[in-house]
Amino acid sequence: MKKFLLLTAFCILLSACAPQATATQSPIEMEVLAPPTAQTVTPLTSGEPLPLTVMTHSSFAISEGALAAFEQANNVKVTFLNGGDVGEALNKAILSKDAPLADVFYGVDNTFLSRALEAGIFEAYASPALANVPAEFRLDPENRATPVDYGDVCINYDRAFFAKNELPVPTTLGDLIRPEYNGMLVVENPATSSPGLAFLLATVAHFGEPGYLDFWRSLRANGLVVVNDWETAYYTNFSASSGRGPQTMVVSYATSPAAEVIYSEVVIEQSPSASILGPQTCFRQIEFVGILAGTRQRAAAERFVDFMLSLTFQEDLPLQMFVLPVDPFAILPDSFYQFNEYPTDPAILAPDVIAANRDRWIQEWTDAVLR
Amino acid sequence: MRQRFSESASQRVSDSTPRRFADSLIRLPSAVRSLHSAFFLLPSLLFLLLFFFLPLARILSLSLDASVLTSANFQTASHVLRFTLYQAALSTLLTFLLGLPSAFLFARFDFRGKPLLRALTAVPFMLPTVVVAAGFNALLGPRGWLTLLLSSLRNTQHATADALPFVGTLTAILLAHVFYNTSIVIRIVGAALTHLDPRLEQAARTLGADSFRVWTRLTLPLLRGPLLASGLLVFLFDFSSFGVILLLGGPQFSTLETEIYIQAMRLLNLPMAALLSIIQLLCTLAVSILYERVVARTLVPTTPKPSTARPPKSLRERAFVFGLSFLLFTFFVLPLISIPLRSLARTEADRGQRDEVQYGLTFDYYSELFVNRRHSVFYVPPAEAARNSLTYAIATVLLSLALGFPAAAALKRQTVFSKFIDPFLILPLGASAVTLGLGYLITFNQPLIIGHWSLITSPLIVPLAHTVIALPFVIRVLQPALASIPERLRHAAASLGASPLRVWQTVDWPIVSRALLAASTFAFTVSLGEFGAASLLARPDLPTLPLAIARFLSQPGGLNYGQAMAMSTILMLVTLLGILLIEKIRLSGSEEF
Repeated sequence: MKKFLLLTAFCILLSACAPQATATQSPIEMEVLAPPTAQTVTPLTSGEPLPLTVMTHSSFAISEGALAAFEQANNVKVTFLNGGDVGEALNKAILSKDAPLADVFYGVDNTFLSRALEAGIFEAYASPALANVPAEFRLDPENRATPVDYGDVCINYDRAFFAKNELPVPTTLGDLIRPEYNGMLVVENPATSSPGLAFLLATVAHFGEPGYLDFWRSLRANGLVVVNDWETAYYTNFSASSGRGPQTMVVSYATSPAAEVIYSEVVIEQSPSASILGPQTCFRQIEFVGILAGTRQRAAAERFVDFMLSLTFQEDLPLQMFVLPVDPFAILPDSFYQFNEYPTDPAILAPDVIAANRDRWIQEWTDAVLR
Repeated sequence: MRQRFSESASQRVSDSTPRRFADSLIRLPSAVRSLHSAFFLLPSLLFLLLFFFLPLARILSLSLDASVLTSANFQTASHVLRFTLYQAALSTLLTFLLGLPSAFLFARFDFRGKPLLRALTAVPFMLPTVVVAAGFNALLGPRGWLTLLLSSLRNTQHATADALPFVGTLTAILLAHVFYNTSIVIRIVGAALTHLDPRLEQAARTLGADSFRVWTRLTLPLLRGPLLASGLLVFLFDFSSFGVILLLGGPQFSTLETEIYIQAMRLLNLPMAALLSIIQLLCTLAVSILYERVVARTLVPTTPKPSTARPPKSLRERAFVFGLSFLLFTFFVLPLISIPLRSLARTEADRGQRDEVQYGLTFDYYSELFVNRRHSVFYVPPAEAARNSLTYAIATVLLSLALGFPAAAALKRQTVFSKFIDPFLILPLGASAVTLGLGYLITFNQPLIIGHWSLITSPLIVPLAHTVIALPFVIRVLQPALASIPERLRHAAASLGASPLRVWQTVDWPIVSRALLAASTFAFTVSLGEFGAASLLARPDLPTLPLAIARFLSQPGGLNYGQAMAMSTILMLVTLLGILLIEKIRLSGSEEF
């Protein structure tokens, strides 16, 4: 009985913590999401809403308003399926291609794109909305995969540490092997982590083969720290995160400094971190959506792809997933300008080059850095 | 000693003709018994066939091709296998080093705070590795409390400079495995130790044996069954450990399980993943068969006794109780407590000042959990995530007990059939979650029965997958307990005129209830803390607590980190209350005896 009371007390305590809806204003709430603009499309049916299943990776997020706008305008009911992380989700889509689990698949990026296209999981669809998308993002000429958003994997550094110690911030990848940065960088294992793989690709693009391996050997000699996942690297090892770890530089995303401000415990004027944005220091990841081959809801699936390229979704993206819209006309939230800078010359590798060499690069990296 | 004596004694008895005659009347012929046990095993077998062997066979046959059978691949595999076995053996040994004395402590002594301490030891079992890693780091990491304390003792300014290397070492893997699995030894061996008649030990002592001799010659041999059973479970858990190796061990270490994950999910090399999965399964099977051989017919009948625990009397006993409970408290509470503490502490904003960390008390992280700031479709209030987790966990407990109890009852007597089937029941413990998850995907994605309904998208799939993992536990915990119930006690009770129900109530129930409780605790915690299968199978609108924690940790920002710590604290409290509640039921249930 005492335990029941305890449990009840615990529940009451939990609900007592729930604040009034507007008790505190956090930075993210100040960026009130603009009410979605009504779309000028005709609903697909007039009766029961059409069911549409969308498979995504686990980082996918969308606001209630944006989703409701799509569902109402098209008379469609969307169900989301969680595919796990990027690789897991893609595996799911490939393995189930004979009896597809979903109608639409979102979340394959340029490092896995060739694999998805080879496996033939997508049906081609040239969305009229693609007209607004710059050519650099349109990596599949056959339009089986449609670009939706992109993000740059960059090195974040601890602003206060570099300022306090009057240490110049490295500007190129080559700077990182200088002795004054000994033991300061933590990276993720490219065999287990997406940003880890992206950063390895940046070094391949920048130094070429076999130069990239020499660079990594020098980094290793300079006290490089390697962990398996972004969470550990960022929250355990990085000094400017809440974990207050020992490393002052981490491989993360170009938008992480903005996220630090938006998700800060207290209102802060400046992000505790910033990105190294020199030429070829970041790697650009582009994420795609595709209509799964064999769908029975082709019309609704096309509408969803169009929707992902619409301003409603493109402007919803940044705060939901901390990635950037491919539509250059989409307006970013203020904090994305105020607290953040973006690389102008990120490293890029063609998807087929990545597909042909990825496993070998990872293996060579493992031999050079871990063994 | 006693065991050998009792064996030969029973042989002598059964040699006498009248007794043999009586036996043949009571005992059914072995063929009938086999049939009988097969009947009770049927639900479990069908379940595992459908939800374990079928998906596994489908994914393996789909993925495997001959191209992967190269000597280079086998070399890699054997290299990984060697480390996997090495760390598992070492971890198991260390777990017993702490687990055995602890089992003794809980079984034999009553002391203040015992229920809480017992429940605490089971909490790590369900915590997601990310959270445990955060806990260990807050303690032993470069800026951990212990590190800071040591450096302040040594009067050095820079804690970072002489930090004890922890994350990324074999020590971290071993320590985390002990932290996770000691509870298995405490519960299984402890349950058996409770039934062991202390008068045996007293007699041995009276006859002049010192306590070392009593332990090595009497107690340990008598406990052989539960010792081996818990040893098997701990070993298999360490053998197929994933998160600990990945997060605390770091990139330098790879086990079969982590290698399967990398091959399947990152390199999309399913053939290699399939090869490694098969090696892992074969090893698990080999270990289970070995266990089966060793454990065969070593079970010692126990007398149902309510509890033999008493307060410590002598100085030595008091020192033991105090010393060990202090050690356990330190070992389990220190890494755990840092999480709730961190969930209530606000770090000041100037993060660059790494030498002067200032903390302030805050409830913001908890209140923030209730706000859907991003208006996200996938926002889940903490109470709902807790409810999802609890629903899955309770379903898992009910399902795995419903399947496991008849199976354990059927397996309590050795038959040719059960001997053959037993190792296969353990196999799910050694199967890679990644492989099984992919197997589920290709097996259950066809729409079933009605229109659009398919198992893979239904919330049912999570407790089904969790039951596959919990069932071997439940069977392994129940079977030795059921087998230990002495048949002669039943006969005695029956011949004294007790109805079958009454016999069951007075003879079986005291022993069964304890084992059922241990089994439910395991099933409950396995489900509550399970991450791998849930992340592959759970629907995004019905996430479990561990999934909600992972979601917070996947984005930067102090608020996200704080909320992850707050959610972890809620998970810890839910588990702690759940375990205390289960133990409460036990105490009230066994009072009549």
